[in-house]
This record gives sequence, C-alpha cells and structure tokens, in this order.
Amino acid sequence: MKLLKPSKAGTYESNDIYIMLFPNDDEIRIELESIVLETYGKQIKKVMMDTLNDHNIENVLVKAIDKGALDYTIRARVITAINRGVSND
Amino acid sequence: MMTIFGYKKNYQMYDPKKKYTDKHIRKHSKNNGSNDKYRKSIEDLLDELELKNGMTISFHHHLRNGDYILNRLMKEIAKRNIKDIRIFASSIFPCHEPLVEYIESGVVTQIIAAFISGPVAKTISQGKMEKVAIMHTHGGRARLVESGEVDIDVAFIAAPTCDKMGNITGSCGKSACGSLGYAVTDAHFAKCSVAITDHYVEHLGSVFIEGKYIDYIVEMESIGDSKGIVSGTTQITKNPIGLKIARLTSDVIYHSGYFKNGFSFQTGAGGTSLAVSYYVKQLMMKEKIKGSFASGGITGYLVDMLKDGLFEQLYDVQCFDLEAISSLRDNKNHIPISASKYANINDKCIINDLDFVILGATEIDLDFNVNVTTSSIGEIMGGSGGHSDTAYGANVTIIVSQLFNARIPVIKDKVLCKTTPGETVDVLVTERGIAVNPKRNDLIERFKKTNLPLKTINELKQISDSLVGIPDKIQFDEKIVGVVEYRDGSVIDFIHKKL
Repeated sequence: MKLLKPSKAGTYESNDIYIMLFPNDDEIRIELESIVLETYGKQIKKVMMDTLNDHNIENVLVKAIDKGALDYTIRARVITAINRGVSND
Repeated sequence: MMTIFGYKKNYQMYDPKKKYTDKHIRKHSKNNGSNDKYRKSIEDLLDELELKNGMTISFHHHLRNGDYILNRLMKEIAKRNIKDIRIFASSIFPCHEPLVEYIESGVVTQIIAAFISGPVAKTISQGKMEKVAIMHTHGGRARLVESGEVDIDVAFIAAPTCDKMGNITGSCGKSACGSLGYAVTDAHFAKCSVAITDHYVEHLGSVFIEGKYIDYIVEMESIGDSKGIVSGTTQITKNPIGLKIARLTSDVIYHSGYFKNGFSFQTGAGGTSLAVSYYVKQLMMKEKIKGSFASGGITGYLVDMLKDGLFEQLYDVQCFDLEAISSLRDNKNHIPISASKYANINDKCIINDLDFVILGATEIDLDFNVNVTTSSIGEIMGGSGGHSDTAYGANVTIIVSQLFNARIPVIKDKVLCKTTPGETVDVLVTERGIAVNPKRNDLIERFKKTNLPLKTINELKQISDSLVGIPDKIQFDEKIVGVVEYRDGSVIDFIHKKL
C-alpha cells in the first residue's frame, strides 16, 4: 500500500502515543520522542516497523511522540494512521 | 573499601544482621545567645559572622518549594567570594535552582540532604558537584548532628514568627508552615544559630524552638512564597487505579491482625496515600475502632480523624496543608515533634511504636528492596525522607504503587538504588494483586483465609513484564556522585553518574 497523504492518530495523554505519518520517497524513517526512550526506545521502534511492514507500507516518515504507550496501543495507533493515510476520502 | 572524595574513610556497609550500637549523643553544645540578637539585614549579619571557606551551613525544608532563605543566603555568601561550602539541608527542592550555578563554580562543593529533587538533583547526577552528595534519612539527619559527625557552623532557621528573645514558632505569621520538626536539632547543636523571620514580635506565648538556642535574629521582607509552602487542600486521587489500590490497602490493614483499638498509623500526602486514609477512616467508623496516634507529615485528612476522635494524638514533624497548620496551633492533641523524636535511631523515637506505615516506591525488587532515591533511569529525584526510618519502625510496612504507569514498571529484578532494605518491607499492594514478603509468614497465613488477591512478587513481575516488556539496561559511569546512608549511618548504596 502507498501512503497518499499525511495522517495522524493518537493523543498526547499519558499511556498513549501520537503518531504522524508523512509520504516519503522510498524508505521508512522513524523519528521517536518518548518518555521511556532509554529503556524502551528500541522496542517501540520495532513495533512501529513491524506494523508498517505487516501493512506493506514502504514510503513513509513516522514522527511519534510517546507518553508511555504499551505495544498494543502503539500498534493500534499506527494502523489507524495508515488507514487514514492510504485512502483519498 | 573504596575511597570516595568527600566521604569519611572508615564507613561501614549496611548489614541487616548488625544492630547499631554507637549511642554517641552530645549534650546541647549551645551557648545562651546574647541579649542583643537583632541584626538589621542579612548583609550586616554576614559581615559580623566569620564566614570561612569549607564551612558547613544548615537549612530545613518546612517552607518546601516556597523557600526563599537558602537562595538569598547563598547569593550573599557567593558575593563574598567564599568557596567550598557544604550545605546540610533537610531537603532540596526545584525552587533551589540557583544552587546549580554555585555548584558549577565551586562555591558549593557538597550537599547533605534527605531528599533532593529538581535541577540540583540533575546537576549532581551529571557528576558536576566536586564532592559526593550524602543522602541520609530524616532520623539519620538528627543522628548525624547529635553524634557530632556533622558539625554545623551556622544554622539558618526559617522562623515564621520570632520574638525578641529568639523564641520561634511556625504556627503563625504570613509564612506560617506549622511544625518545625527538622530545625530543632540544628538550633540545639549548631555553633551559631540564626533565626530569619518575616514576622518579628515583642513576645511569643507558644514557643517551638526556644530563644536560648538562637544567637542572631534577622528580618527579611518575606521568607517564603505561601503558594509553595502549603497546598490549599490536599485531595484524594480520582484515578480509579489509585482508588482500587487504596481500597485493597485498607483490606490489608483490616486483615493484618494489627487493626484494633490503640493502633497507630502513618501515611504520606500523595493522592493514593490520602485515599488510604479515607478508606481506613470508613473502616474505623464501621468497626468502631479507635487508634492511638498518627504521625509524620500531617494533612487535613488526619486532622479530621483527630477531630472525630478516631485518633488520640497527632505527632507532627511537618504540616502539609493549611488545615494541619491551624490544627497544630489550636488543638493540644496535635503535637509538634523534632526529627530526633520522630525517627532518630539513638532517640526513643515515635516510629518504633507505629503499627502501619503506607509508603510509595519508584522501584521495588524481588527481595522487596525499595528505591525512592533515583528515577527508573537512575537519576536522583528524591530520597528517603522518613521512608526507611518508618519502614524499620512499623509493624506492617505497606508499599502502594501501580504495577506500571506510562510503561514504567515498578517491580525490577534489582532496584537501581537501594533506599530501604527489603527485610523492613512487608507488603506490596498493586492494582493487580498483593505480594507479601516471605519472611512475614504470619501475614501470609492470615491473608490466605481472606479473599485478598494474594500473589508472589515474582508472579506480579511476570504480569508486569508481559504487558510492558523488559526494559533495556541503564548504563552508568564508574564515578560515584552520591552515597545513600541508612538510618544507622552505614552505607546502603552508591549512586553513580549517568553515562
């Protein structure tokens, strides 16, 4: 699937994550800010990358601001942002 | 044994099997203060005092995050080109940010305190202070002074009201803060004690610190910002998880075997702690149980329980809100106590009579050791305060915490910094279950007969790990930036510089 337009999902609330997706030329790039960057930064990036791969998204820049979301929350927010970004509605 | 710059060479490591035996207590070293104590300004006073490089000056934290005194004094001292100052403050708060500059320039080379938060804590964690920070307990602070291990050159005492004799009370004045429990020992033992006040009166009826211990009195326009000194009314938490933990905690208290007439109780001022007070109050009324005393930092909730006859006395080292301040002034059963009477291992202290204490944790490990000194990434952000004192003294020490919050788990294999040793911690209450220290078989047997959600601490950790994952290891430098002293003066842990 191809991301057609910028999209976003999530909130800045504690335990949530705010995801912004932007069309990018051909590679996936992730910019992450997180209150648990030191202890969970790698894991959060891995969950985002896996979710994008599962949806065959390749052309995207991810900007994420994390307030301590758990893996399932991160996955749900990324999927929602993808769904919002791949349709032209 | 390692040599640590700025720390004594003959230190002992903490050993749970050893009982502290050094009962070295000095007699009050004090002169009787002269008759002519009043000085026009801080500048005048400092001109007269023989300030020297390397001296130790003390402060206390009853004005909390509204304190003006420490910053004002340090500004004057720095102006006079004095270096290598050791600050012996009961606590350091975010309002003390100006200290950062003095630490970096070598005006201040060491801080000794029971609690350090905010920019100063960050600066110490970054390894910018010349000597090591020493983090003691509230009771340990009184012990350090009484034993002579810390010799205070000048004690600066925040005096919300002070009379011509130097008699002090915290109960009235525009910067009223209630009890002055941590300042008493300083006044008694410092080589020189200075009362700094913004309410200077002719004569004071009710006195907390006697004028005979005070050498100088100085007026300042304002000693503190009332908004930072007390919160208006402390509120119980609205968070349903916090409320669940509080309700479970009151169930633990109910079934512990210690909940009977004459029981005693201490809790903090955090939202969950206050909620515990709320549920315990309901329980006491329902079961018609009356307690003997509540102690520690006092809140309006405990004041209400005193008024309702649920407790006979409140022992108060520090008032957390306005209700506590007016109660301390008006109710003779609301009694101010010194930090030594509260928690000093060499004193006949109140905490040894405690049945229950409710405490928090940033981390707890599988051996029930608790960290309240550093954050989950190992930066200084607090300290024991009375944590390890009361955990030692109370019959049932209960740690209340969410199992995790914002992905930060509370249970770790090993705490990053040991503040309170596991053998003094009895129960952990979380929203997903209750873990009892295996050494408290008596409690485990009692709880098994109830419907309390009992789990082992390993089981709770597995639940937590399955949801948040295992955190990556935190990296530290070899350099030691802080020494954590247990209440008996032994070293219970070291704090390392962050990489």
